[in-house]
Amino acid sequence: MSIPTEAELQAWVDGRLAPSRRAEVDSYLAVRPDESERLTAYRRQNKELRALFNPVMDESLPSALTRPPRRPLPWMRIAAAISIAVGAGLLGMAAGWSMRGQALATIAAAPDALPHRAAVAHAVYAPEVRHPVEVGADQQKHLVAWLSKRLGTELKPPQLSPLGYELVGGRLLPGDGGPVAQFMYADSTGQRLTLYVSSGQKEMRETGFRFAQEGNVRVFYWIDGSFGYALSGSISKDDLGRIAQTVYDQLTP
Amino acid sequence: MPDARELLLSCLPRLRRYARALTGERSSADDLVQDTMERGWSRLAQWRAGGDMRAWLFGIMHNLYVDQVRRPAPATVELDEATPVQAAPSSTSARLELRDVQTALALLPAEQREVLLLVALEEMSYEEVAATLGIAQGTVMSRLSRGRERLRLLMLGQAVPSPLKVVK
Repeated sequence: MSIPTEAELQAWVDGRLAPSRRAEVDSYLAVRPDESERLTAYRRQNKELRALFNPVMDESLPSALTRPPRRPLPWMRIAAAISIAVGAGLLGMAAGWSMRGQALATIAAAPDALPHRAAVAHAVYAPEVRHPVEVGADQQKHLVAWLSKRLGTELKPPQLSPLGYELVGGRLLPGDGGPVAQFMYADSTGQRLTLYVSSGQKEMRETGFRFAQEGNVRVFYWIDGSFGYALSGSISKDDLGRIAQTVYDQLTP
Repeated sequence: MPDARELLLSCLPRLRRYARALTGERSSADDLVQDTMERGWSRLAQWRAGGDMRAWLFGIMHNLYVDQVRRPAPATVELDEATPVQAAPSSTSARLELRDVQTALALLPAEQREVLLLVALEEMSYEEVAATLGIAQGTVMSRLSRGRERLRLLMLGQAVPSPLKVVK
């Protein structure tokens, strides 16, 4: 038997030696009381440290520790917007969490990604000057046929003219469970609203109106069977709610 | 695919235990955990899925702790009415206090304390400790050996090989 190295003696303390070697070290220590006492003291240290500090693991966690930081870095918001627009990679997931964390207070009751995605899509495209939509309202027939085909249902953008909002056009976006149609509306001052229509809602349930807010983007949303609808804008909650009611009435025959 | 957020939160109780043992004091431990979590959240994108989340987070905490030890802020203790006021140890009771493992632990050099705690509390393999602290495994073994021996001597109330500074 080779004389155990100090590293092996340490591994003996921690029970990390292979069984055959452990037996050899056992017999080595059996005839060396001083060495045996030293190593036994080290084992006792392990036990005492665990006894002393293990209770910390059972203490309740301060909520400040379980929340993501309140203000994500600007690049993370951009990353969240981009990644959600192009599909989720790991970077996107991470950034998305932090953004969700920011809005946790308002969305806590609604874990669905629907209002979050709608708000991000709104934040990405509403400020767009040159390409706010893929197909303009001047080609409404084509727009409706195209988006209806992709979402697999007859889709008609609601008429919001009586409320002062005209259809600007629409675009197709990738969503959680399939394609998403985004319709954009604008009033005479250039204030924009977007209606996010997502197919493939897994829950197949119906909800009433719900409200969420991410930053200055307010969202009214509801789920009807496999379709999720979300109206987003930066106008007051009351105004947005009134328009959402009109949208809802027109979409539900 | 495992949820990185869940993984991160699942490490929290362990991080708190380690921080408490490392700093020996509740408020600075909580500050250290808070800083670690903030950095963890903001860098979650850099964590590679499938990597060792625990080693990654403990590595973050190690870096923060090292910065803190290197540039020590004036130590403060939050006092409330429940805080017992400790009498200054007399020369005879000082020796007795060293028998307390927590007191002795605080007298170890930070680098030895870290290795000892990762092995004893976290039950990390020596390889994991080396990866977490970014040091060679041989260094882990020598710090572990010296840390344990120093702790043993402190608890026996004996003089330790390297002299401690005496403040008059």
